[in-house]
Amino acid sequence: MVGNVAPPGRSLHRFANPGRFMRLSGALLPWLAAAAVLVCAVGVVWGLVFAPRDWQQGDTVRIMYVHVPAAWWAMGGYLGLAVASFVSLVWRHPLADVAAVAIAPVGAVFTAICLATGSLWGKPMWGAWWVWDARLTSVLVLFFLYLGHIALTNAFDEPERAARPAAILALIGAINLPIIKFSVDWWNTLHQPASVTRFDAPAVHVDILWPLLISGLGFGLAFAAIVLLRMRTVLIERRVRAILAARGMEGAGVSRPVPAA
Amino acid sequence: MTRKKRRLAIVLLAGLGLGTATALTLTAFQDNLVFFFSPSDLAAKPMPPDRPFRIGGLVEVGSVERSTNAAGKLETAFRVTDGARAIRVTYTGILPDLFREGQGVVAEGRLAPDGTFVATSVLARHDETYMPPEVADALKRAGHWQPGEPPPPARLWNTKEVDRSAAAPGPLTN
Amino acid sequence: MSEFLAMGGYAAFVWPSYVIGIGGLAVLALVSLRQWRAAKAELGRLEAAGLSRRGRREDR
Repeated sequence: MVGNVAPPGRSLHRFANPGRFMRLSGALLPWLAAAAVLVCAVGVVWGLVFAPRDWQQGDTVRIMYVHVPAAWWAMGGYLGLAVASFVSLVWRHPLADVAAVAIAPVGAVFTAICLATGSLWGKPMWGAWWVWDARLTSVLVLFFLYLGHIALTNAFDEPERAARPAAILALIGAINLPIIKFSVDWWNTLHQPASVTRFDAPAVHVDILWPLLISGLGFGLAFAAIVLLRMRTVLIERRVRAILAARGMEGAGVSRPVPAA
Repeated sequence: MTRKKRRLAIVLLAGLGLGTATALTLTAFQDNLVFFFSPSDLAAKPMPPDRPFRIGGLVEVGSVERSTNAAGKLETAFRVTDGARAIRVTYTGILPDLFREGQGVVAEGRLAPDGTFVATSVLARHDETYMPPEVADALKRAGHWQPGEPPPPARLWNTKEVDRSAAAPGPLTN
Repeated sequence: MSEFLAMGGYAAFVWPSYVIGIGGLAVLALVSLRQWRAAKAELGRLEAAGLSRRGRREDR
């Protein structure tokens, strides 16, 4: 159903219409995917083999090269979901709705990776797999927000009708982002405060910081590549549904099976 | 006002209202959102006896006493400090790997009548500093970091210039 | 080599973290790719049957 519900103000849509998006993303995706695999591989090998141990956490610090990038993009992805939802609600841009639908499952997987690796890190260092402190709890809420968005999207027979309620849910949930980020500063938590984003120098030595940034870039490229691929899938699926619906209206009545080609 | 502008205004106003409501709620439930109280919090707002809660701070340097009780279990007594005040904690059981003097700690338990905190579980809390052991050793040898104290500010050791000067007693880069 | 695998005694925590992280990303990518292929195949079947909605050439 892409593009046929254009509200007044079509000119804006001309610059990001689904057809153009399919062409651009199709050209970009192989490069993005290759870069993601390459940079992730560099980050993993660097983190596992060449990065030093930590003075207090020994080799468990290597969990950081998975845990922290997953956390960054779990939050970055939700920011993208919130922006897409905002654009979808206010300007009714068809691609914004598609982006939101594509981001949510990817964000949920990244959040799950963040939670699982954090648990594996917490047990040996803190002495607990899980605690209900403000940081851990707010990230768990982020995970449920992603799951809620996915459930809401799938709750409607016509996915286009899910766009508005899902966008409202995503925007309400966006209040959780500053809570996650600043939970370690506002309240006493078991989780330590921020190491990288500080006003003075990062509290991470360059030998540990570099592989972390590389790994973070790799995870970000992977996030972008998978979201692009999923957006393309959603657009094709909607086109398929539109064809089937049009055929149904012509009186055929049956949607499937398709006549043999 | 066009429909688009009206939608924009509605969404922005709703966001403002939601943000305000959340800020008020979080402020109101401040006490329930903290994972632990510091010894100073406890002095300002005493806890009723027999109510379980968590206390957090640093393990005071030189305060850890280990012993073995009649049942052969490891018993540890130490003081948790936040710099201003300290409280004595006792715990029976295995401590996490990171439990050390000068390290962060969060203990869960209750206050005994004599004012000692009897912990049922002890969690280690590490700070946000990450550096190779060689850098930590060099900083300590150079006198930039007193043992048992928190690490010096990152700007002292996480820049190239200071790396070189602090490396005087031994190589800093590994 | 065995020292590397031992991860300073924390092998039981470090290695599963990497399996979950890299494995999770790989599974997500493969599932997304399969969904893409399925959607493309479905559209291809419809178009081969002459059912393109607007009758214009599809992009890509």
